[in-house]
Amino acid sequence: MTATTTAPVAAPQTGTPARRPSARLRAWATRAPLLPALIFMIVVTQLPFVATLVISFFDWNSLYPGARHFTGLDNYQEVLTDADLRHSVWTTVLLTVAVVLASLVLGLVLALLLDRRFRGRGIVRTLLIAPFLVVPVAAALLWKHVLYNPEYGLLNGLLHYVGGPQPDWISTAPLLAVEASLVWQWTPFMMLILLAGLQSRDHEQIEAARVDGASDWQIFVHLTLPHLRRYLELGALLGSIYIVQNFDAVFTITSGGLGTANLPYTVYQSFYQAHENGLASAAGVLVVIGSIVIATFALRVVSSLFREEVSRA
Amino acid sequence: MSTTAPHARRARGKGAGLGLLAWLLGIAFFLPIAWMALTSFHSETDAATNPPSFAASLTLDGYREFFGAGGGASPWPALINSTVASVASTLLVLLLAFPAAYALSVNRVRKWTDVLFFFLSTKMLPVVAGLLPIYLFAKNAGMLDNIWLLVILYTSMNLPIAVWMMQSFLAEIPVAVIEAARVDGARLPTVLARVVAPISLPGIAATALICFIFSWNELLFARVLTGVVAETAPVFLTGFITSQGLFLAKVCAASLVISLPVLAAGFAAQDKLVQGLSLGAVK
Repeated sequence: MTATTTAPVAAPQTGTPARRPSARLRAWATRAPLLPALIFMIVVTQLPFVATLVISFFDWNSLYPGARHFTGLDNYQEVLTDADLRHSVWTTVLLTVAVVLASLVLGLVLALLLDRRFRGRGIVRTLLIAPFLVVPVAAALLWKHVLYNPEYGLLNGLLHYVGGPQPDWISTAPLLAVEASLVWQWTPFMMLILLAGLQSRDHEQIEAARVDGASDWQIFVHLTLPHLRRYLELGALLGSIYIVQNFDAVFTITSGGLGTANLPYTVYQSFYQAHENGLASAAGVLVVIGSIVIATFALRVVSSLFREEVSRA
Repeated sequence: MSTTAPHARRARGKGAGLGLLAWLLGIAFFLPIAWMALTSFHSETDAATNPPSFAASLTLDGYREFFGAGGGASPWPALINSTVASVASTLLVLLLAFPAAYALSVNRVRKWTDVLFFFLSTKMLPVVAGLLPIYLFAKNAGMLDNIWLLVILYTSMNLPIAVWMMQSFLAEIPVAVIEAARVDGARLPTVLARVVAPISLPGIAATALICFIFSWNELLFARVLTGVVAETAPVFLTGFITSQGLFLAKVCAASLVISLPVLAAGFAAQDKLVQGLSLGAVK
């Protein structure tokens, strides 16, 4: 009888009814559900980076493992003076900036169009999301073989009808070809984020501005754009994080040829084909440093949106 | 009255014009996929024509070829591997992320925002920089070409997304509901399984779909760490990178079949897609 009445009272605190739990024990009980995920992440994602950092100070070709030795910063010097690698840094920047900007602008136009009420809005939204839901390798194959192919690709097929030229798209403009396929895939992503931003606008404020005689353009410039600013930043930064790392499109469409090798592709190649573990690691560390710069800004934007949400709740 | 009527009519006309523009852009974006679908049902000779054969007769030959009727490699092992890797890693992600999200939203640990941002920051480090040590580890541990290695890596890839999404879902559960269960003497695993999980089921489902999509799509790890045994569907697709004579219908069929699970999962999670992709920052 006594057991049944005391147990429920004590249980929410510890489960041992007699003694008061120490604060430390309670803190660990709170932490316990978090620990498996946290430890898993540290082991699987942080340890490899430490290993990469260590390997980057060694001269280590995997074909000659016996000749492995410490070389200090030599790998970094070699990587930073390597013309191919510097070119791939530049390619990464060009690819990322072009794809992010183009898909942001297109995404904004589409989001503004979809924010209005019209017949079949749901269907159009679904049509627009679809490119993002094609497996990236499949999308790259689609662009490479089905659209760009100079002999039977759809682009030249359509140009044929209007008597246009029949260019070989990939060899004429290789980087642009990769970029176009990525813009096609990433525009829906930007559109979705910006649409969420548009739908979180203060509609009373807009109504009030309209009653006061503001034109659509004035409302867009003075109310909508300032409100969208952080969503634009978020889209740009998240897009950058994903596109800086892009491997699939470069690997599939050009196999890194014709000057389209970006950093991920170059790192992949240097250890997969050249077996230069030390060099690949040094390049990897440089990619990380570059990403940390972007990530610092990205985290700040996410954090400002997040804190606003926490304070609103 | 007489001044507002034309204004309204003009506004309606403009609205219809913009609606039409939205339709045109939607169709333009969808066109490559529609063309891919149509081509997959054409014979190889009809698929590779210029000008394109829109009205050619339809056949399932492309699909038969893809599934190995012509003597090529069967895609089934790759499809099964992808299914195992995606489903198993998604389950593992949920198992780890759900209690973690609880400790970050309901019964919060100290400095919970720092922990959340630690998870997020791991997403921002490029995969390629950790690839070599993982490859060397797998080689020494005899885990190369082993699907379970991919399961572990995909779990780490998706865990931050899942923690962020789930913590925002769990934060919406009224504290009183959980308090009531705990006062009744239920232990934490019971509270999580019997009280928190049923309430947050739609959120868990959306999280699962998004983790599934990312695992299914992944190429770089799979390409480097698997060979003939554990090859996944995207790796199978890389076999089509170089042209092999008339193979357009087969490529289209392959791309479509392998994208189908993602298209289905994506449309099912449509309204939660943004939240997942923005790591929970946008609702």
